[in-house]
Amino acid sequence: MNAKTDILSLPEEELVHPGSRACSGCGLSIVYRIGLKALGRDSILVVPPSCLTVLQGLYPIASTKLPSLNVTFASTAAAATGVLAALKALNREHTTVAAWAGDGGTADIGIQALSGACERGENFIFICYDNEAYMNTGVQRSGTTPQGVLTTTTPFSGKLQVSKDVPAIIAAHGVNYIATASASYPLDLFDKIVKAKDIQGVKYIHVHTPCPSGWGFEPQYAVKVGRLAVESGLYDLYEIEYSEWRLTGPSKRLLKKKRLPVEEYFKTQNRFKGLSKSRISEIQKQVDEKWKGYGDRSK
Amino acid sequence: MHAIESGNFAAATGVKLARVQVIAAYPITPQTPLTEKLSEYVESGELDSQYIPVESEHSALSVCIAAASTGARAFTATSSNGLLYMSEQVHWAAGARLPIVMCVVNRGIGAPWTVWNDQQDSMSQRDNGWIQLYANDHQQIIDTVIKAFHLAQDVSIPVMVCYDGYLLSHTYMPFEIPSQEKVDSFLPAFSSHYHLDPDNPANLNSVTLPDLRVNVHGDMAPAYMEIRNALHKDLRGSIGVLEEIDEKYKTIFGRGGCPITEEYLCEDASFIAVSIGSLSYHLRDVVDTLRGEGIKVGVLSLHLYRPFPDKAIIKALKRCERIVVFEKALSYGYGGMLYGDIKSALYDCDERPLVQSFILGIGGREIKTRDLYEVLKEACRTSKPKTGESIWIGLKL
Repeated sequence: MNAKTDILSLPEEELVHPGSRACSGCGLSIVYRIGLKALGRDSILVVPPSCLTVLQGLYPIASTKLPSLNVTFASTAAAATGVLAALKALNREHTTVAAWAGDGGTADIGIQALSGACERGENFIFICYDNEAYMNTGVQRSGTTPQGVLTTTTPFSGKLQVSKDVPAIIAAHGVNYIATASASYPLDLFDKIVKAKDIQGVKYIHVHTPCPSGWGFEPQYAVKVGRLAVESGLYDLYEIEYSEWRLTGPSKRLLKKKRLPVEEYFKTQNRFKGLSKSRISEIQKQVDEKWKGYGDRSK
Repeated sequence: MHAIESGNFAAATGVKLARVQVIAAYPITPQTPLTEKLSEYVESGELDSQYIPVESEHSALSVCIAAASTGARAFTATSSNGLLYMSEQVHWAAGARLPIVMCVVNRGIGAPWTVWNDQQDSMSQRDNGWIQLYANDHQQIIDTVIKAFHLAQDVSIPVMVCYDGYLLSHTYMPFEIPSQEKVDSFLPAFSSHYHLDPDNPANLNSVTLPDLRVNVHGDMAPAYMEIRNALHKDLRGSIGVLEEIDEKYKTIFGRGGCPITEEYLCEDASFIAVSIGSLSYHLRDVVDTLRGEGIKVGVLSLHLYRPFPDKAIIKALKRCERIVVFEKALSYGYGGMLYGDIKSALYDCDERPLVQSFILGIGGREIKTRDLYEVLKEACRTSKPKTGESIWIGLKL
């Protein structure tokens, strides 16, 4: 990684107008503000229906200072392809194209177009802000909702299935850059987006994005909740750069640090209320196994 | 230059001459030879364009929508279920007012599967805000494609150029290929009201409200209903624009003159057969025979189906005694779509001709000249014309 950005070297220019329509404590508002700083002025955004559609504002007022194309739910990666194709045709290839979709728009309805674009090697950044359910429509389960989570469509027993590992699916396409990030570690996210700008092909960045209203915690704890996910070893920050996998930043430090119990993360949110003690200890075992593997891998 | 080539070749050549900048397409029969040809033009360097081999029709039109929003001339083509699969984007392209051109190589739609020709695909997409033009032969395909780019750009509305699968797409006919110089003098370079531009940012197609809202400059901005009303008004206005563009085309190329409807022996006709696409030229043969028998019959062909040219229809049809509509598509549960539209257009006339409706050629069922002859003759002669419902002809069970 290049020289790490710190709070003093972060660009001062804000590309999001103050007063967006995000809920208070929205993890996406952090991801969006930092992400736009990383992308810079010479960028075009592509946005399917999602919380971001609302955050960006209702016509004729917009919160973004970048040109943004709102597109249909399934079409994000194809639309980003179309923007790129036009920029190529018009010799305006210096402009960065960045697609911003939620987990439903990425893992579920958007995956066909995303897979096609990855296979074709389109030169754009795809940012999936993963708040782990369909939040904009009122917290319905999605492909990335973790097992056991209560949503409005898994109301009593929690989601039965495990979540889709989208970065692994994208990795199977052999794209040059994949990263996971978290709204709670904005500088790590910033550096990953900046790095992605200089790599050819699809760059996929999957961002864990705490959602107070959907996850059931008080708005002032968004950053804390996101950090607990990482520090408990449940959500890992890593990069796959030209097929080379490595843990980054706070997750890398966890290799030499005691992880917090996963229960610390679960107990902060109402959505995990359906998890039994025995289920939590099963998940703890799975996380411990996973990290044992990481330890072996980095030896 | 003269060529003897397929209808798909004619379309591809028109697209090339229009200097399209972005092409995205997904294979579907009988559209494939058209997009194969375009990929050949691009790969050989004959056409300087981006060719995106997308993974679905939905993505094909998505690419075109985004490319046009970014300031490029974009084209796609499809047929049948491919058109239905992109249907969400078809509506979107019109709502977003993007000057995209799409060829629809007409084919029936499943289930059950059929790969053969009828016009159910494009006709069933008539209410989505696109301009729909239909060609009757190969010369009209290439000319219409070139004119479509001009029209789309002038009115900021996408245009479908539809032609019959196999009957036109895969048959060979002589036609003239216009020179690039002449096409360049006819068709202006691509321009749009706004394109995505970091130096002049805008948030396109954002969420609108049911009522008006003031923008940051203090001006009242339109709401969804005003924006949609503008699309409707501009569609109605596009008929006049199409006529002007056709006139310009005729001046430069010497062809055209009937961009809305095309009449054959209609001037003194007591009976007029009406159709869309290659069937209307088929009907000319039948009309010739019937004229030989002393029946005053003509054929009216619609080149423009949406916006519906009601005034031209009234003008052409109101004086005849009987109208006989032949169509290869229908609104299931009611009857022929064109039939319904024509009846509706004539309703306000003081004296209305009788309108009879026939559905035929569904899923590629062969349309025999003898059948057409007998049905049309009976429709002209009978003292008890069957009106009020669409009658299927050519059924064998």
